[in-house]
Amino acid sequence: MKSSHLLLGTALALCLASSSAQAEIKIGVDLALTGPNASLGIPYRKGLDAFPKEIGGESVTLIVLDDGSDPSTAVKNAQKLINDDKVDLLIGPSSTPAVFAIAPVATSSHVPQIALSPVELGAKEAEWVVTIPQPGSIWIQPILKDMAKRSVKTVAFIGFSDPWGDLCFNSLRNAAAAYNIEIVADERYARTDNSVTGQVLKILSKKPDAIFVGASGTPGALPHLALAERRWKGPTYASPAVFNKDFLRLGGAAVENVMAATGPVGAYEQLPDSNPIKALSAEFTKWYEAANGEGSANGFAAYSYDAAKIFAKAAPLALSRAKPGTQAFRDAFRAALRETKEIVGTQGVYNFKPDTAYGVDERSVVLVKAEKGAWKLVR
Amino acid sequence: MDFDIAMLIAQDGISNGAIYAMMALGMVLVFNSTRIIFVPFGDLAAYAALTLGFFQLHQRPGTIWLVLVLALIAFAVEAVELFNRKAGRRIWRAAALNCIVLPCLPCALALIAPPDLPLAAQSALAVAIVLPIGPLLYRIIYKPVANASVLLLLTISVALHFALSGVALLCFGPEGLRTQAFLENDLELGRFTISSQMLMMVIAAAALSVGLYFFFDRTIPGKALKATAMNRNGARLMGIRTHSAGATAFLIATAIAAITGVLISPTTTFYYDSGFMTGLKGFVGATFGGFVGYPAAVVGALVIGVIESVSSFYASALKEVIVFASIIPIVLLRWIAAGSAAPADEVEEG
Repeated sequence: MKSSHLLLGTALALCLASSSAQAEIKIGVDLALTGPNASLGIPYRKGLDAFPKEIGGESVTLIVLDDGSDPSTAVKNAQKLINDDKVDLLIGPSSTPAVFAIAPVATSSHVPQIALSPVELGAKEAEWVVTIPQPGSIWIQPILKDMAKRSVKTVAFIGFSDPWGDLCFNSLRNAAAAYNIEIVADERYARTDNSVTGQVLKILSKKPDAIFVGASGTPGALPHLALAERRWKGPTYASPAVFNKDFLRLGGAAVENVMAATGPVGAYEQLPDSNPIKALSAEFTKWYEAANGEGSANGFAAYSYDAAKIFAKAAPLALSRAKPGTQAFRDAFRAALRETKEIVGTQGVYNFKPDTAYGVDERSVVLVKAEKGAWKLVR
Repeated sequence: MDFDIAMLIAQDGISNGAIYAMMALGMVLVFNSTRIIFVPFGDLAAYAALTLGFFQLHQRPGTIWLVLVLALIAFAVEAVELFNRKAGRRIWRAAALNCIVLPCLPCALALIAPPDLPLAAQSALAVAIVLPIGPLLYRIIYKPVANASVLLLLTISVALHFALSGVALLCFGPEGLRTQAFLENDLELGRFTISSQMLMMVIAAAALSVGLYFFFDRTIPGKALKATAMNRNGARLMGIRTHSAGATAFLIATAIAAITGVLISPTTTFYYDSGFMTGLKGFVGATFGGFVGYPAAVVGALVIGVIESVSSFYASALKEVIVFASIIPIVLLRWIAAGSAAPADEVEEG
């Protein structure tokens, strides 16, 4: 008995010794896996499975925490990941308010962060925080260009009464003037509302040339259903956050001909072969659907997938300069993020610049149209 | 706002109000017979709607497993109590029937049923699966604290709501579902079309409120339920079986919730957590009726529906604020109308 105890103890000690000898890269992840934003947080989480298990001889560990869609819990999670787990890198969160809440924590603790939600940050915070998705100023362009092509003069807005709705509205407002398009209505609804009839009637009473819906996921189908009920036939546009199959399933005939701006992964099959995003998007779709079922690929998981690609490109450079688990490594990783150029993802080609959190350009957005239950590229 | 728009908004408000009315009726029913403000009421409606949605996607809804787990827990709780009481064979058999056999019957049916059932059968099955959840939750959670204060029961209800919406996320995933319509044809009245779905909801709410009013004011079992809520000991002395009153109230309430969920699922997108807001607005409507009267609760809920619809036209960003702020004038008016009378709650407990 005694000798077996001794053996066990030695084995345990050996294990501990070996694990401390080999450094590992610890990545802290905060996502909204429960609560109202879970419909985005869960696909983000599944996309993170694309992170390599090992890179440059170091093992990679992801510590995933759930913030329950609450920005103040997100801050607590970030502090725990930074102070207790001593992570080298933060990934997430999955919602804009949570990114706003965490970015100062990452910045003051000098931990690099790859956010998964669009966010406008000041130059100081953008030093430590980069973000994957396209900024509103970029994805609104193809929508406005298409409106101009159809000689639209007035547009009505309906969107969520939350920061995502605000971001959509501000993107539209800031860019519309350049195209001589006037915004005639700003109507809002909550994600769980049963009906938007009142808002839609108000919009239609203003007789707009086009309608832009600033919502996300399946709740984003509600205005389209109400518009179809009122027999609206004009051009309708949607934000990038509706690119998933469930939106099309729920919207059915009501979302036919709805146009949306999306990352290239949204319609990669129709991209020219010369576009490097096409091959990677095909790879992502195959990988994701093998794990999660036919037709499950979506834009949110694609953002996570791109975060993994960016990590895989930047980490070897950082590893050549410092050992993981040290502040030197965090500094090196931050520098490597900025030094690595032309990283091809599924949502765009990333070049992170010094004074902004965004790293994508106009190659990161295409205009698609819903036709018979699928998104088709608008040329 | 011209006449056409006003009519459309009124129709929208009434159809939303009818949903809130069903919620309000269920909440008043549970409160009247158990003093519990049953916050998760809306969650149960969402369970039924999502279960039906899953049948239509030809998938097995997670509610089946939820009911099985709840049934086992309820039986375990019951068994401990019966063992301590050294209960006889007959009581054991009844417990097994109530906690295991009856709840699991619809689940077993759902497991063996072919995937392409007709819509009516699917709907009935969805209601039957969700039906035992309420009474089982009552047995596990509320029965041991049946004599607690209204405030404690409310706190438990809020906690239960969070647990139930978490379980719903686990069972149904984060995406919304809408089911096939029961009735496609809408009524044409001159220039206006009235949705038959709305008509069905309004009729259901009206019939239910009248039915409940008669049940509680004109029948012996109804009066017994009411008496139990007012004074448990007094009711017992009068020969009323108080221990089964709560389970009965929860069974009726869950039936209302499940039927509401199934009825509105074709016109409303249900998410795992969308029952809460709907239930809360039903609560505001019930407050209008002072949380005691059934017809008053229906009227209150319809008023809330119309307020919501009108405010979504004029100030959509402030819609929820307006709806929930309307509870203040309602309570104030009721207080003035009641003169110096004490709140109903204190009278009941006194």
